Amino acid sequence: MSGIRDRVAIIGVGCTRFGEIWEKDQEDLLVEAAYEALDDAGVTPEDVDAVWVSNFFNFTGQSGGTAIEPLALFGKPATRVENFCASGMDAFRNACFAVASGVYDVVLVCGVEKILDQGARGLPQESYHPVFQGASAPGMFALAASRAFHEWGWTKEDLARVAVKNHKNGAAHPKAHFRRPITIEDALSAPMIAWPLGRYDCCAVSDGAAALVITRPEIAKDTRHKDDYVLVKANALAVYSIQPFYVGSYNWLGFPATRAAARMAYEEAGIRDPRREISLAEVHDCFTSTELFNIGDLGLVEDPKDAPKFVADGLADVEGEVAINPSGGLKCFGHPIGATGCRMLYEVTKQLQGRADGYQVRDPRYGLAHNLGGPGAVASVTVLARRD
Amino acid sequence: MVGAEGPTPAQEANVKAGILSYGAYIPFHRISRAEMGKAWGIPSLPGERAVANRDEDSLTMAVEAGLEALVGIDPASVNALFFCSTTPPYAEKQCASIAALALDLRPEVYTADFTGTTRAATVALRAALDAVESGSARRVLVIAADMRPGEPQTTWEQLMGDAAAAVLVAADAPVRVAGWASVVSEVVGPWRRPQDRYVRSFEPKLETEYGYVRATAQACRAALEKCGLGPAQLAKAALYSPDLRSVADMARQTGLDRSQVQDPMLMTVGNAGAAHALLVLAAALDQAEEGQRLLVANYGDGADAFVLELGGPLPRPQGRRSVAQFLASKRDLPSYGAFAALRNLADRPEPRVHSSPVTYWRDVAVELRWHGARCLACGVVQYPIPRVCRECNARDNFQEVKLARRGTVFTYTLDHLYANEYLDTPIPRAVIDLEGGGRVFLEVTDCDPSEVRWGMTLETTFRRLHEVAAFHNYYWRARPVR
Repeated sequence: MSGIRDRVAIIGVGCTRFGEIWEKDQEDLLVEAAYEALDDAGVTPEDVDAVWVSNFFNFTGQSGGTAIEPLALFGKPATRVENFCASGMDAFRNACFAVASGVYDVVLVCGVEKILDQGARGLPQESYHPVFQGASAPGMFALAASRAFHEWGWTKEDLARVAVKNHKNGAAHPKAHFRRPITIEDALSAPMIAWPLGRYDCCAVSDGAAALVITRPEIAKDTRHKDDYVLVKANALAVYSIQPFYVGSYNWLGFPATRAAARMAYEEAGIRDPRREISLAEVHDCFTSTELFNIGDLGLVEDPKDAPKFVADGLADVEGEVAINPSGGLKCFGHPIGATGCRMLYEVTKQLQGRADGYQVRDPRYGLAHNLGGPGAVASVTVLARRD
Repeated sequence: MVGAEGPTPAQEANVKAGILSYGAYIPFHRISRAEMGKAWGIPSLPGERAVANRDEDSLTMAVEAGLEALVGIDPASVNALFFCSTTPPYAEKQCASIAALALDLRPEVYTADFTGTTRAATVALRAALDAVESGSARRVLVIAADMRPGEPQTTWEQLMGDAAAAVLVAADAPVRVAGWASVVSEVVGPWRRPQDRYVRSFEPKLETEYGYVRATAQACRAALEKCGLGPAQLAKAALYSPDLRSVADMARQTGLDRSQVQDPMLMTVGNAGAAHALLVLAAALDQAEEGQRLLVANYGDGADAFVLELGGPLPRPQGRRSVAQFLASKRDLPSYGAFAALRNLADRPEPRVHSSPVTYWRDVAVELRWHGARCLACGVVQYPIPRVCRECNARDNFQEVKLARRGTVFTYTLDHLYANEYLDTPIPRAVIDLEGGGRVFLEVTDCDPSEVRWGMTLETTFRRLHEVAAFHNYYWRARPVR
């Protein structure tokens, strides 16, 4: 296997403001994110050889036309990717293969979701085949949090500290959905959503879009970002059971998909000590408890049950040892399902290029993005670094 | 009123069918009638009534009673299943066939619904006895369940109670049927036309005095006479009646002493319609001793009466709950509003969820029979039934197995979100490791959500999830052990 390391460069990124965007539809958001990325790369829509677009809820789009239609790129190849909440980073993964293979030179990767437009309140719930139950997304992830409360002694305060950190970070980001700092007391007194997860343990349900322009490094050398384009050091995807509640051997303490993807990604990137080598990580904090599991699954602490201490000690702060979600994460930046993976890569790219005004991590080396989907079933881990 | 012909003495001599096993089911929730009267500003009847949960109907309660009756009995030994109710969940579509699947009976089982009258249970009991005595069936499970709709703002709503009871009829059973009699009685009341939402009553005095009491007492006297017995030779009489005074009148007209009358459970359960007679009989059998005689009588546009003899010791298998246990295992609804919510008196719409008659049909083994599969390569029991083993990847190498009812909570949540609605009272959802293998994920019902804990023992219970796609979507839930 020759892998993907150093074979793909990110030369342009774009992202809309995330939030409850009543006045705009999916087309508006996708056009805004895509043109921001194209402008950032200094390329025109005509320069794009192919498009990969991620989108989860099929009421907002189906087929490659999800991107071709609003951009009017008629005649170009385009594919829609769906892989639960990890759809965005999986669109990126497939686009990377296309570029690395040499089939295409310039590819546009974009993700978009317009949750408000689905006509019901909150996140649409999907399958109700009785065997697959009607658990909500918080309900599914709460099953893991509940087990950590029982087995590892995690507490509501441990979760609240994650919320406080991510609200603080989100408040500094002009494009974030939630931009208001909160206190531990705010988090602890919030209404319960799915025990032990309260309102402030759950990420935002947002609309938004994000986009990237990628090419091969030798082409990147002749683009606007020739001095600071970002290289893909690793990208790995792992899929485990989408019905983990029926797997008798599963202990519910973290997500094996993340551990598998991280192992593959670290090997490809040559990372031996992630805690020392990774400067920042945009991780999939769909719930505060999930961020704590991610810290363990990504090997940022020796014993995964100690993840709350990592946060409590300030090691996950923007100024900490590994800045976790300096953007505010899904918790505060927002989580438009199909857009999130692309948004993470947008965020890490800007940090590595020193373009994160007001929330910049100091002298970052490796940046990591981790996208998790389903009930912890689908995990994608990408490691990025600025060109030498 | 016309007396019906009973069996000839010759036929009686050949009676061999009896009751091999029985079971009861009383739903977990109760409401005090005082609370109901207070809510409407009308007089209250004394006592309380049993209330089926939002996810229960006559069919699910029937399955629960059937499961009790089959404790210690191989379900494959049952040849026929009769479902009896005035409130079957389907106007057209057989309910006994659904119950047969939930009870994991053989596919070759003979099924029938008996409905249209509160007497349905004893009509079916007669049919079951006939079937066994004729040799057309060896074991017939008769299950009666009812949740009759009493009109709000009337004492009917207070009087009605939801419950189920079952008897397993078999040859050479310890409870012999010594004799029986039936009478027919045409009294207008109670009744319900297809378009009526609630049970109707014309004039209680006509119904009770000339309906319930006169017909029931006549059937009781006829049954005793055919057996050559006097009322004093009975240990207990299980009588169906809508009120305590009528029970006393029936007893007096039959020549019974008050001490011989089994508690009719009107103060604790209410008028359980088609299930009532068998429920009171189950309570009598719980306390009956070898050699005793019992009388069971039922009413509905006529009356049936049976004299039973306990010819041998009655098996009392471990794990079968007594009526007293069901009465003691309860939770009082805090208000009439809570009752109205369980009955959906506000006509709240069905949730916006998915429902497929195709998957419901194809997955009956998994969804209704509660079957999983044991991997023959690694031995791990799995649910639902996979093609490739999740633990060892062996392909198509499974043995279909019946899963246990009980298990312990591995992890759980209390979910306030369902179908895009925020629920003030959360739905407990638990990942459960079943006894004997298999890990399942079920909603927990009939409990105070705050009581759910890791390691807690739960048992499965058959429930109606919703009516999306205009059919009843049945599946299993879990409840704390009752």
